[in-house]
Amino acid sequence: MLSRTADHLYWMSRYIERAESLARLVDAHYRMSLLPQSGDAMVQSLSSTMTALHVEQAYRERHESIVPMAVFEFVSLDRDYSGSIVNCLRAARENARAVRGSLTSELWETLNSTWLDARSFMARSTPRTDIGHFVEWVKERSHLTRGVTIGTMLRDEAFYFSRIGTFIERADSTARILTAHQNDLRPGADASVVPDPYQWSVLLRALSAFEVYRRVYRDVITPYKVAQLLILRDDMPRSLTRCCKEVYQNLQSVRNDQSRETERRAGEIHAMLHFTRMEAIIEVGLPYFLQQFLARLRDLGDRVASDFLVPPAEA
Amino acid sequence: MYPTEGAARSHYRLYAEWLAAQPAERLAQKRAEADALFHRVGITFAVYGQEEGAERLIPFDIVPRVLPVEEWAKLEAGLKQRVTALNAFIHDIYHDQQILKAGVVPPEQVLCNSQYRPEMQGVDVPGGIYAHIAGIDIVRDGAGEFRVLEDNLRVPSGVSYMLENRNMMMRLFPELFSEHRIAPVERYPDFLLDNLQSVAPTGVSDPTVVLLTAGAANSAYFEHAFLAQQMGVELVEGQDLFVRDEAVYMRTTQGAQRVDVIYRRIDDDFLDPLAFRPDSMLGVPGLLAAYREGRITIANAIGTGVADDKSIYPYVPEMIRFYLGQAPLIPNVQTWMLRRQEDLDYVLAHLPDLVVKEVHGAGGYGMLIGPAATKDEIEHFRKLIIASPERYIAQPTLALSTCPTFAGQGLKPRHIDLRPFVLSGKDIRIVPGGLTRVALREGSLVVNSSQGGGTKDTWVLEDPC
Repeated sequence: MLSRTADHLYWMSRYIERAESLARLVDAHYRMSLLPQSGDAMVQSLSSTMTALHVEQAYRERHESIVPMAVFEFVSLDRDYSGSIVNCLRAARENARAVRGSLTSELWETLNSTWLDARSFMARSTPRTDIGHFVEWVKERSHLTRGVTIGTMLRDEAFYFSRIGTFIERADSTARILTAHQNDLRPGADASVVPDPYQWSVLLRALSAFEVYRRVYRDVITPYKVAQLLILRDDMPRSLTRCCKEVYQNLQSVRNDQSRETERRAGEIHAMLHFTRMEAIIEVGLPYFLQQFLARLRDLGDRVASDFLVPPAEA
Repeated sequence: MYPTEGAARSHYRLYAEWLAAQPAERLAQKRAEADALFHRVGITFAVYGQEEGAERLIPFDIVPRVLPVEEWAKLEAGLKQRVTALNAFIHDIYHDQQILKAGVVPPEQVLCNSQYRPEMQGVDVPGGIYAHIAGIDIVRDGAGEFRVLEDNLRVPSGVSYMLENRNMMMRLFPELFSEHRIAPVERYPDFLLDNLQSVAPTGVSDPTVVLLTAGAANSAYFEHAFLAQQMGVELVEGQDLFVRDEAVYMRTTQGAQRVDVIYRRIDDDFLDPLAFRPDSMLGVPGLLAAYREGRITIANAIGTGVADDKSIYPYVPEMIRFYLGQAPLIPNVQTWMLRRQEDLDYVLAHLPDLVVKEVHGAGGYGMLIGPAATKDEIEHFRKLIIASPERYIAQPTLALSTCPTFAGQGLKPRHIDLRPFVLSGKDIRIVPGGLTRVALREGSLVVNSSQGGGTKDTWVLEDPC
């Protein structure tokens, strides 16, 4: 497969996954904002999430203070903010268009009509009442895209590179959301302390983990178990362990002459997550652990790019 | 379709009956459905210089253009003859130049043409084929006779619309296809791939074919992606290819992979910055050198453009006689060459009745349509012509045939042409029909998509009952 094609497929999937992650975050905070007693806790959660996702600076260039509804609109529909959901959907579609011959027509049509519909969302004048509807729609389109990818694409490099993009992005997103809540999650000596129920519901809902948590632990929500679920549980689709396992496996399927070291590092990250325990993470401190993880994930992304996607100029 | 008021020509009869039985709402709904489908599938083209309409649909008309099979058979024979002669001509002008020595075509017309590539002199290409893919524009004049309006031998486009229009018609009106025996066009991508493989450099057993595009911003990008996908070959941009030791490779996730045949959809000028335009970002440095060594096949060959230049077009019937010893089966449209004094005098005296075209122009730009032009436009063109008459040819405004077409609320006659696609390799193949383009504006003769033209499905009816 052409390196450029692999690059477009990788980014196509990353952008769709990113749109979904953002939609989940907006959705979780939006629901919380509808509760009468949320107030400061919600604004605080929103603010730390914006910092972790590097949204805050761009937002503050256009808005004075953090007003939840303005944040939701900015992240969802702002056509001038390159990181907004609609712009992620546009970028996913542009990447798909550049390699539409390598996609099944079902997949291309899904991404293309997602973008066409996103444009009409942008064109409407009353997004305020539409936010809940919009983010729900984004999640559905992401589910649909993933389903069409899995259901129609040949299991060849095109598929594997698209999956690598999906899971690197997802791992990145989960780690950043955890970072935004790292203070509430600091599992100290007293593991039974429940800081703020709103924070939990936002965090768990944003990662589609609220129901999963109940099902797995059948217990009250504690920071220790939340962290365990989102970092170490192999059966949790958005956990760091699960994402890194997928990245490692898909990398094995696209192996080339120069990718040995990249594959080794991916395996190492996965092994570290697979064999570590919560106690070890608590010992180094969650913030430090997440910071290290994000750095290693970034290194992995760079290595995938130079091994496969944008190989250095031909000698 | 209707030679006299009320009576449909026989090959249209079944269709006309069907059409008359359709409620207006159903047709309107089908037309809306077609638009939505084209949008969703992204069958669009880019219009240069229009930011807002960066991607637009080519209007699709749901009324097909019908050709009876016996008319098509005549056309097919004429097209094969013409393309055979054109290929012989291109080979000749880059080798012995017999046609120039014989005085059939003036040497300066060829050798001083900007599309003539001296780099190609003495270079042997596989099978002696230069124009592997040719789009020959055909019109029917007032007397009902087919004529060639233009040869497109560089990077003719439109074949994807021929295929998608057929898909669309089958999706919208499946019942029509069971009632009529319509010659299929689906195999075009198979034929194209087969054709490209058949002209691979000698000694290559399992050739790797790629399609070279200028990228997603190009107006015909949809077609490039479509054909690459249908053929199952890589769609590459210049940056994906490189030349090493006079062989061409593409950069893949598994390292460098050898390429044998390039179906290029960019012009000569942009192919190789070392040989042609140095500022081209679209090409592949060193490609010409590899080509001259016979290490790669480029389709269409470099230097075919000289043969589709409008200043060469008037000589094509002579080429057919010269190389094949045959009388041309499809005549040209009468053409005045303004470099000749008597032609120039005639044309300047009859400007309001004629179509004047720039010899190097393409896409319906740079032309004057006398009957539709204002006095000022005509006078402006008169000055241009007098300043450099050799840059222009003129043709009569043909009473082009028309075909019923949806316009506003109902069916109206609109002018049409036909572009069949001729594939030359080991043999010559043409799928029945081609792309029918239609001038959607009332009275307009310009069918180009960039200037308000649309398209129709084209049916070669095997069995007019």
